[in-house]
Amino acid sequence: MSELAIRGGRVIDPASGLDAEMDLLVRDGRVAEVARGLRAAETIDARGLWVAPGFIDLHAHLRDPGDPAEETIESGAAAAAAGGFAAVLAMPNTSPPVDSPHLVRYVLARGKEAAGAEVLVAAALTEGRKGERPADIAGLARAGAVAFTDDGDEPRSARVMRACMREAARVGRPVLVHAEEPSLVEDGVMNEGALATELGLAGRPVLAEELAVARDIALARDTSARLHVQHVSSAAALGLIAAARRAGVNVTCEATPHHLVLTEEACRGYDPNAKVNPPLRSESDRSALAAALAKGELDAIATDHAPHAGEEKGLEFDSAAAGIAGLETALGLVLTEFVARGALSPVRMVELFSTGPARVLGLAELGSLRPGARAHITLVDPAREWVVEPSRFLSRGRNTPFAGRRLRGRAAMTIAHGRVVFRAD
Amino acid sequence: MSGGESPRGADLLGLAEMTGEEILSLLDSAAEMKRALASGTSRAELAKKTVCLLFFEPSTRTMHSFAAAARALSAQVVSFTAGAASSTAKGETLLDTAANLAAIGADVFVVRHRSSGAPERLARALAARGGPGRPCVVNAGDGSHEHPTQALLDLFTLRERFGRLEGLELGIVGDIRHSRVARSNVFGMTACGANVTLVAPPSWMPEGVEALGRRPQSRGRLAISHSLDEVLPRLDAIMALRIQKERLGAEPGPSAEAYAAEYGLTEERMSRAKSGCLVLHPGPVNRGVELAGSVADSPRSLILGQAANGVPVRMAVLARCVRARDGRRT
Repeated sequence: MSELAIRGGRVIDPASGLDAEMDLLVRDGRVAEVARGLRAAETIDARGLWVAPGFIDLHAHLRDPGDPAEETIESGAAAAAAGGFAAVLAMPNTSPPVDSPHLVRYVLARGKEAAGAEVLVAAALTEGRKGERPADIAGLARAGAVAFTDDGDEPRSARVMRACMREAARVGRPVLVHAEEPSLVEDGVMNEGALATELGLAGRPVLAEELAVARDIALARDTSARLHVQHVSSAAALGLIAAARRAGVNVTCEATPHHLVLTEEACRGYDPNAKVNPPLRSESDRSALAAALAKGELDAIATDHAPHAGEEKGLEFDSAAAGIAGLETALGLVLTEFVARGALSPVRMVELFSTGPARVLGLAELGSLRPGARAHITLVDPAREWVVEPSRFLSRGRNTPFAGRRLRGRAAMTIAHGRVVFRAD
Repeated sequence: MSGGESPRGADLLGLAEMTGEEILSLLDSAAEMKRALASGTSRAELAKKTVCLLFFEPSTRTMHSFAAAARALSAQVVSFTAGAASSTAKGETLLDTAANLAAIGADVFVVRHRSSGAPERLARALAARGGPGRPCVVNAGDGSHEHPTQALLDLFTLRERFGRLEGLELGIVGDIRHSRVARSNVFGMTACGANVTLVAPPSWMPEGVEALGRRPQSRGRLAISHSLDEVLPRLDAIMALRIQKERLGAEPGPSAEAYAAEYGLTEERMSRAKSGCLVLHPGPVNRGVELAGSVADSPRSLILGQAANGVPVRMAVLARCVRARDGRRT
């Protein structure tokens, strides 16, 4: 029997309505008790820190199987832990795509070996992520996939998407969508509008997101599927999602720190680190996302961690790979840009990083510190000042538009299954 | 820009960054260069300097014009043509290229590239390497972004003919969406106080283009229209852009016939323009598509004048960049 006491921290557990200075006892990988005056053989001094249910990143590209130069499950799980994530949902757009039960088991097994965050698996929605035939959704779910997505693409055929959603609904798993109507974004490399026109770069319109979200909401209503819209980037999509919820459709959504913090202006100078899909939008869209964050219209903050090798970002803006390595900057950005400015309460932040993502996935053992919960715990140091230095990332991806940014707050410690998987130095 | 900030004017990446005063002063300098060329006076602004022509996308005319301009200023000229292949295809990134360029040790790089922003990224990468003598970068046309020396020679030609740019009513017709010539001309013309109307079928009009005329340095107005026939009668000059034939008939663009009928500068259409309305074209002309041969060869046409003004305008640009970099005044 192994016991661990985390003492003297500010315990924030939205699921049980708790926000108070408390001790927390972990026994055999589960939360045993939250109270004052708890002791154990092993003790962590959490004074000055926030003690939260382990953060869950709903959206990370771990590039495994496929491209170990960009990331592996091991480096990705370590990077997630360093960012404060006790669990990370691996996206299936690998090479080959995770569209078969044995690949689900491969990712889960590699994740168990890795000394980092727990690796959860999202499997492909369609065979080979080609959008032509539904994947073996029931078999993938039995193998351990907790969600389904063709992330990076959107199945074009509404008939195929409808069949996928029906099956995902039957097995009780959410469908995650990268909502951009493909025919409108084929050549686009940044947000469509006056700035793209000025820079001579092809645009990806908000319209593409709006159309895809509208279609998928209608399909979710029709099929009773649980729809989760990934990386929402526009006021238009937020409006559709809010209206659908009022109408009783089962739809959730996430936003990324980069869409919450940056605008398309980051593309000036043609730095490919600002190239991402969906693209960084206008200030009016960014401020709509920030308002949604404050109003509780977002269910989760997710990174869309997309590590790329240096040479893929050393190219011209139009040829460079899209994506941002976000696991290790997400928490610091949200603390600095929103919590420190009073735009987001610590409790609400914990909901967005933990309780909300657990609810999206429907995983009752995650996202809370109630006795019996899996002992995934994140300790946050809200006062720690640091500077983003990509060369110090545990991720193999160094691609970030935030290099050199001064942040206040980061993860002090990450615990998964009751084991310390990250400790800040 | 991190690392060594470049002195203003040491690069020419686009006309978006220039004020009307700066443009007019460059045009004055180009006029001086033109007189020197006509009188056979030799110039030594770039003596002992090396100009490297770096063309990642072929353009014989622009390259020769820059080479002639550099030689007329007594520079050494070296050229690298990388062909149409992207640097990706060669397995070399743009930033690898920048490192190699720094090793070449030229004073000026004249860069033509199929990707928007490639000259700016090269300039930033060279600046980040630091050092007081880092090379100047002149944009010789990048993707759909800018072609500043083409627009400068267009402005020079117009000013030569009208004696002014302020208050002129100018039109640009064609595939505005993909045109770097159109963007540079919009920036330059409006900064110099001319009023510009862009004319294109809807699918060739880029989103939000009106905003290009609402910048701090814009002094002229920018308007857009889908009807050349409505716009033409009030214009002092109209520029027809070269139409890439592969874009005609390709979804979502118009067919060649539809384009010629609605937007082509035919003799019949030009008969409804002002008698003094002049015609520009950046060349080479697709006769019978965007411009009728008889119009291209008519007294309205400024096309030969544009070609002749390329060298003195590029001389003025090269001299300005090197002067700004070296921090000297002439």
